[in-house]
Amino acid sequence: MRVMVVWCPDWSVVAALEEADRSLRAPAAVLAANVVEVCNGPARAEGVRRGQRRRDAQARCPELLLLPANPDRDVRAFEPVLAVVEDLRPGVAALRPGLLAVRAPGSWYGSETAAAATACQALVETGVWDVRVGIADDLFTAEQAARVADVQSWTVVPPGGSPSFLRGLPVHVLQDDGARGRELVGLLQRLGLRTLGDLADLPGDAVEHRLGAYGATVRRRARGEDPTLFAARTPPPELDAAVPFEPPLDSVEAITFSVRTTAERFVTQLAHHQLVATGVRVEAESDGVVCSSRTWLHPRHFTARDLVDRVHWQLQSAGSTSGAGGSLRARKQVGVVEAPIDRVRFVPELVEPAAAHGEALWGSASDDLVERGVARVQGMVGFDAVRRPVLQGGRSPAARQALVPWGERAVDLRPVDRPWPGRVPGPAPVRVFAPPRAAEVVDGAGREVRVTDRGVVSGEPRHFRVAGRAEGTPWQPVTAWAGPWPTDEGWWSGGSGPSARFQVVGADGRAWLLLRAAEGWSLEAGYD
Amino acid sequence: MSSARSVATLDPGRSVVEQLRERVAAMERRPAGEPVATLPGLADLVPLHAGSTYAVDSASLALALAAGASQAGEWVGFAGCTDFGAEAAAEVGIELSRTVLVPDPGEHWLEVTAALVDVLRVVVLRPPATVDERTAGILDSRLRTRSAVLVVHGRWPRVSARLSVEESGWTGPTSGAGQLEERRARVAVHRGARPPQRADLSWPGVRPVAPLVDPLTDRQVREIRRA
Repeated sequence: MRVMVVWCPDWSVVAALEEADRSLRAPAAVLAANVVEVCNGPARAEGVRRGQRRRDAQARCPELLLLPANPDRDVRAFEPVLAVVEDLRPGVAALRPGLLAVRAPGSWYGSETAAAATACQALVETGVWDVRVGIADDLFTAEQAARVADVQSWTVVPPGGSPSFLRGLPVHVLQDDGARGRELVGLLQRLGLRTLGDLADLPGDAVEHRLGAYGATVRRRARGEDPTLFAARTPPPELDAAVPFEPPLDSVEAITFSVRTTAERFVTQLAHHQLVATGVRVEAESDGVVCSSRTWLHPRHFTARDLVDRVHWQLQSAGSTSGAGGSLRARKQVGVVEAPIDRVRFVPELVEPAAAHGEALWGSASDDLVERGVARVQGMVGFDAVRRPVLQGGRSPAARQALVPWGERAVDLRPVDRPWPGRVPGPAPVRVFAPPRAAEVVDGAGREVRVTDRGVVSGEPRHFRVAGRAEGTPWQPVTAWAGPWPTDEGWWSGGSGPSARFQVVGADGRAWLLLRAAEGWSLEAGYD
Repeated sequence: MSSARSVATLDPGRSVVEQLRERVAAMERRPAGEPVATLPGLADLVPLHAGSTYAVDSASLALALAAGASQAGEWVGFAGCTDFGAEAAAEVGIELSRTVLVPDPGEHWLEVTAALVDVLRVVVLRPPATVDERTAGILDSRLRTRSAVLVVHGRWPRVSARLSVEESGWTGPTSGAGQLEERRARVAVHRGARPPQRADLSWPGVRPVAPLVDPLTDRQVREIRRA
């Protein structure tokens, strides 16, 4: 079996640069735990190396672009490369992001050289410009062959030529095999073994005694007897569904009505694979161009009816963005899209096994009823006017809650179980004003009460009033007060500056939470 | 709506057949009038009944009225409450995962409330402006055919009971020291032309401070009987 390996060097950097939309020629490095994990050619030319600390790398190359490591992104970006090679020859195995193996397509393309050239060309056409191909009898040799090839070039090791090809390679090619490989390289160099050929010439049992099972494996590889096989992947099933409109439709109602069957097919298709979608991208095309695309997350999972609703809301909000922009729309604006839509497409972005979302044996009829009723309300006032309250961590009452649009999943919530020093103790306020209302607090002499940076209150609060709408709001005497609870949030990134909170009880027995910040007093919440 | 759940709550001390008969009778009547779960602290003062409207003048009373049903596994909703305090709602016992919030229904508040009444058990509404008899009548008639309770935070033309906080005080803070700890409020329940019923409640927890006091009516009834 002949093996073809396609290698895209420094894939993490390539993927990160593409995601950040930066030039591939800029020196860049991907860092994990403040240590350079991968760097690209221009960075290497400046002296940046793998394993360097961040400040060392920046000292060598001040304009170095530092990118965070994200293995998921690397895998995601490599997926199109796999698909391109899969078109040429099925049975591709992704060894790791940036490296793939496939059984060498021999006579189909005329010769192995022609096959390698075709693969290179196909990949360069898709925008991956640094591609190297190696073809050999076994996986290890093919990978080494790809590594010695030039940019957009290939190395073909003839059948039976693996041992002689590997003989001359220095032992540090084993460094790419992880920590185990790096350790072995150090040991081999101290033992005076400079090339793979030196290792291959040693007697097998002696290598196994001295270097263990891994050493024996490496020796076998160096002799061109690598027994490693790779498991070709099954191409992932196409789960997206699209519906074309001929002629194009320009009314939201008509589109919503027409996508119903497709939405049902989409859900059934997923169910056939025992999957449910929890995140779906809905794309609407007008004149062949995607004019509206949005990812919807569902707190449970999408049913056909949910999808139809999402299409409705998406097209409706796209049509009314030129209007007031608020969540409430005049009725006449509703139902017209900007341009006639000729295609709607559902792409599953997040799928989960259906078993994790099974319903109770007796169903949940009442919840379904609520979902339907709430969907009707969303149809009246817009999908983001209906909210679901969730708790999150924070210091002010407004920061400690989030109102998530109904039917969406709460993302980026602060954890509740942290101590949040500086938050006001006691029962939670019933009324939370977001944004806070302007207020005034004065002491016995009628001077405004101030709080110094050290948390010292300038005078005892005696009267307060909520300013704002009416100028003549009467002053209310303070019967009891507690505080201050000083906080200084986000001082490391230019936050709002030091502030202090007070609990104030008015003459009518109601309590309020007042905030003193640099710009004055404000009313944050009420204990009505 | 919740037959599976309520069957489980049959009283073991009484005959099952009898209880089921009562339930069937209640179902045959009409949905309105069916009792709705209320917090234990409020159950004696204002037992909620489906199809009725209750007015309150304080946000914490509105939360407390909705909390009982939410604890019993029902869905509750808040319409027009722009200053909803989620943490306080959770503290009083409202299950936030079964809470629907329409903070700003704007001009469609009536339709939104009517749609929520269809599917939820308790709907708390803060009407945006003065509500006339006719508008209230539309919602009331919808309410009677559903098994929901409407709690209005504000003024409403016709209500089964109106709850208002008469005196309120906090323990805890003094001049700078301490923190808010406990709130005691005297809540008056007005039902039509009857003299109001009063009770002292304490927060957090919505507990009655003392057994229900209703001296006025008690005394009157006794005097009338004696006469």
